[in-house]
Amino acid sequence: MERAPLTGSRIRSYRLERAIRQSDLAEACEISASYLNLIEHNRRRIGGALLVRIAKALDVDPAYLSGVAEVRLATEMDAAAEAHPEASPERSRAEELATRFPGWARLIARQQREVRRLEQVIERLGDRLTHDPFLSASMHNALSSVTSIRSSSAILNQGGDIEPEWQARFHRNIFEDSQRLTEAMEDLVGYLDADGGDAPGGSLPQDDLDRWLVSVNWRIDALEDGDASQIGQIVSEAEVLTTRAARHLATTYLERYATDAAALPLPQLVEPLAAGATASQVAQSAGVDLPVVFRRLAVLRADETPDGEPYGLVACDASGTLTYRKPLSGFDLPRYSAACPFWPLFTALQRPMTPVIDTLSMSGREEARFDVQALAQVSYPAGFDGPAVSEAWMLIRSHLGDDGRTTRVGTSCRICPETACVGRREPSVFV
Amino acid sequence: MQERRVLLIEDEPNIIEAIRFILSRDGWRVDTHSDGSTALEAIQRRAPDLVILDVMLPNRSGYDILHDLRGAEETRETPVLMLTARGQKKDRELAEKLGASRFMTKPFSNGEILETVRELAG
Repeated sequence: MERAPLTGSRIRSYRLERAIRQSDLAEACEISASYLNLIEHNRRRIGGALLVRIAKALDVDPAYLSGVAEVRLATEMDAAAEAHPEASPERSRAEELATRFPGWARLIARQQREVRRLEQVIERLGDRLTHDPFLSASMHNALSSVTSIRSSSAILNQGGDIEPEWQARFHRNIFEDSQRLTEAMEDLVGYLDADGGDAPGGSLPQDDLDRWLVSVNWRIDALEDGDASQIGQIVSEAEVLTTRAARHLATTYLERYATDAAALPLPQLVEPLAAGATASQVAQSAGVDLPVVFRRLAVLRADETPDGEPYGLVACDASGTLTYRKPLSGFDLPRYSAACPFWPLFTALQRPMTPVIDTLSMSGREEARFDVQALAQVSYPAGFDGPAVSEAWMLIRSHLGDDGRTTRVGTSCRICPETACVGRREPSVFV
Repeated sequence: MQERRVLLIEDEPNIIEAIRFILSRDGWRVDTHSDGSTALEAIQRRAPDLVILDVMLPNRSGYDILHDLRGAEETRETPVLMLTARGQKKDRELAEKLGASRFMTKPFSNGEILETVRELAG
């Protein structure tokens, strides 16, 4: 493989390309021309502030002078080459191409990113058509209404001796079904419209709720007094909640928010926390369940926690579907695929009412460690004869320091680099 | 002449009303049932000449009901007309594989359902 030029050679190349004299560049960078000459012939190491000054004088990104950008470009071009081996690209010369023709290299890299993005969009759309319960239920409702309207109107239209009582009944049915059809279509249009908006990836009702929670930073000050009477207004004013299903999810979420706020007002949380109390100690002293404390901690702003670090929180139901997502920097939560099976969230699901505490390190991010606590609860909303409904919660905090044993986990298999993972469901895109 | 009986298993009340009206006018006695979980017992108890079976029912899919229906001696030969809002090829193939006598997608016309019922059990 031809060796890529060194930093000095790149500076010389960019200078000559811009027809700048060596003495003029040296003067602009407040160094002597002889020193710049040594740099350009790679006889002096260069970096830091001087590299930035030279880059500024040459009007170029310092990353291009240091070679970092070329390595990055070469990596992206290599991914493009791997996807199309039939074109027999000279993979060993990617870095050379990035150096000699950076514009073309950027174009290839950009197209590769665009192809990948479009592949993800197609994958997502395919997944939605197959598995999207909202889309499926909407179409079923619409077709049922159309069927009824068609049959009822045909009966009325055929004439003959239809008793007045039956006529009135079919008129009423047509009216009811036309209203139902209108609602189903409005929901569907709102749902599909939301998909064409700015939000990448579109809009399951849970996505709409997540986007709204991000926009309010998971905090609803109007409900902090525990008064649920404003929920209707809050939901109706949330523009991102475009579908009835999303508004329903938000209402359910806010009802629980108000109940939690009444059970554990923020001062009763913040003060013991500042005094060093743990989540379970707060739960015990306030007489509330641990997940209530988790949810209340998750609404704290960073400046309200003792160490200025916010809390992340994730919840799932018995199927493992994530029903609540407040990510933490470095601890990404999957949107479209299932999460890592080794999260303590799922361990807790297998042992209801038993707290699971662990320190995690995210695969591919050696420096990122997280302390997590998880707990699952089981309820019987329809009585003990009815089905058990399980819900698990996992509180996430940044772990300070790099001490102690950790459990390695990922976000989801598709983007996890742990090739030897025994729990892997599908290959990683990184391998 | 013995009364001909249809058991309509469907959970949309207005569709039930329309089908009941159409078939009643043609001389059929139409019984109805709306819950998927107890549909099989209803079919075995009433022993109709024909079952009209919706696919998407509360608590149990019409496909599951059809599967059990064909597995039971007394209902193995009962004609079954499947109704569904999903008209994809794979849905039709699944219905045929499970033993549906006919497969009809919503929205259907009154004449279409009447003709099919006459054909299957008339």
